[in-house]
Amino acid sequence: MTQWEKPVLTLKNFNKTFGNGCSFCKDKPENLKGGCCPKCRTIYACRDVSLCVYCGEVVGIVGESGSGKSTLMQALYFDSEPTDGEYYLDAYKNGERNIFADSRRQQKWVRNMLLGMVYQNPVMGLKMHFSAQSNIAEKMIAAGNRDVHSMVARGNDLLERVSIPPARRKDNPCNFSGGMQQRVQIAKALANEPPVLLLDEITTGLDLSVQADVLELIQKIQRANRNSILLVSHDLSVIRMLADRTVVMRNGQIIEEGLTDQILEDPQHPYTQQLVYSLL
Amino acid sequence: MFKEKHFAFLDESSKKEIRRAVLKAVAIPGYQVPFASRELPIARGWGTGGLQITLSLIGEDDIVKVIDQGSDESVNAVSLRNLIQETTNVRSTIRTQEATLIQTRHRIPETPLKEGQILILQVPLPEPLRNVEPSEYKTKKLHGEGDYSGAWLKMFEDIMRYGQTATGADHPVCVDGRYVMAPSPIPRFDNPKLDNSPALLLFGAGREKKIYAVPPYTQVVSLAFDDYPFRRERFAGEKCRLTGLSDVYLDELTDETTGEIYYQINDSSYLLEHLNRETEMQTE
Ligand SMILES: Nc1ncnc2c1ncn2[C@@H]1O[C@H](COP(=O)(O)OP(=O)(O)OP(=O)(O)O)[C@@H](O)[C@H]1O
Ligand SMILES: [Mg+2]
Ligand SMILES: [Zn+2]
Repeated sequence: MTQWEKPVLTLKNFNKTFGNGCSFCKDKPENLKGGCCPKCRTIYACRDVSLCVYCGEVVGIVGESGSGKSTLMQALYFDSEPTDGEYYLDAYKNGERNIFADSRRQQKWVRNMLLGMVYQNPVMGLKMHFSAQSNIAEKMIAAGNRDVHSMVARGNDLLERVSIPPARRKDNPCNFSGGMQQRVQIAKALANEPPVLLLDEITTGLDLSVQADVLELIQKIQRANRNSILLVSHDLSVIRMLADRTVVMRNGQIIEEGLTDQILEDPQHPYTQQLVYSLL
Repeated sequence: MFKEKHFAFLDESSKKEIRRAVLKAVAIPGYQVPFASRELPIARGWGTGGLQITLSLIGEDDIVKVIDQGSDESVNAVSLRNLIQETTNVRSTIRTQEATLIQTRHRIPETPLKEGQILILQVPLPEPLRNVEPSEYKTKKLHGEGDYSGAWLKMFEDIMRYGQTATGADHPVCVDGRYVMAPSPIPRFDNPKLDNSPALLLFGAGREKKIYAVPPYTQVVSLAFDDYPFRRERFAGEKCRLTGLSDVYLDELTDETTGEIYYQINDSSYLLEHLNRETEMQTE
């Protein structure tokens, strides 16, 4: 693991709650039922989550529905505000500044320049009634590009890489298949060559053969660019194929982490064991 | 029950509140100030935003001009002007240089505005980011953060689709290097008149309950990509059939008898003045 010395992304003690909590649940995690307070219905979607991603590493996050995976990803992409926690990127101010505590403007800069996101639901990541070209340009525009020709050229490059044929590039993604939409999202995420990619369930809902295409594309891109990737899936075969290291989440907490092979072959936590054996 | 009509229709506290919104708008050029839009004896969407500003600012010494798409005599212009006059008794004019308050829809007069004048534009859709972001909460945040990617994205999309920026009217502008603003559906031809204007420019959206402003001598820049510069409509070198003028905004009209297409100055009072001046010169 010597190639991975300084984490590219570090998250420390991240918490996200929906609701204000009450005297029964505040600082009393033992009173929660499945990450939720039975009295005031506050949801503790992420609790004390700490993790890091090293340069060129793919870290997988698995966990059942509602375990807080998307909540985590959306906070990392500044779609939602954290309740508390610290977030550092090596490429931002030398990894010395907690980005959660920075201004909204700075956060947007980080999001546009250093991060690429692919959402589980393409509706969240794409403007369905703008052309595929414009969707890619959006990231470049946000990064300050004001030259149409250069953005079109870059858009064509990216759409070529994700195999969207030239004849479809000015079409709206709402007329694309699910697999094509995901590929446009991927192209968009790559627009400003960010060091870090956040991929949330990018193959859920796709046909198996289309799933394989998208996963292969991610693998190809990752090998070519050496992106660092945080990859959410509740599909262990996706994790097995792509992730170097894996984190298991349950009820908003990390319950186990380690090398993917280790986790899949020798799971320690009973929940992980159940997860792995049910797959076999 | 008989009720005496109040000067300028609105009660004084309403006017005061609207004037406060106007002052705030002037203090923050290009920023949309919310206000409590009043009911008027005119349907919303027919210039009530502009009218409320006019009625709140008007005094007995004002001289008012009302235009609709360049015309002083269209039904809308006449009914708005009648309402203003009936409730105030102020003088009205069609001469741009004579007016102190000019309420308008879709055009800025051809005669250059001067210091001391106030131009009040009626606005249907005040939010320049609306066609990329439907949520008002979010557009407010975007303005706060100075994030205008959405306005640029819309222009980029137009270029993808039509090969050029398609905004015939309401082309977005950046005011004083800060807020991006919808100039109301004026043609691009009028956008340069917003820049460094000696007159105060006020914008009123009645249905959407917003007031915004460009104070005198404020920089107003039309958004444009580096390789797709901003251009006014050019009318392919055509001239006004009646005056021979070309550097004005022209209407494209069809001769009803011959079916021929011809061009004519859109600003009716400007056209009239020009014609009068010509006949004067001929009779001298
Ligand atoms: N905006 C919100 N308001 C209230 N509760 C929310 C909100 N977003 C998420 N939650 C709750 O937080 C918890 C975690 O949700 P999250 O979407 O992060 O789960 P997930 O692990 O991504 O699940 P899935 O595998 O189904 O995508 C859930 O209980 C969810 O209902
Ligand atoms: Mg999810
Ligand atoms: Zn509680």
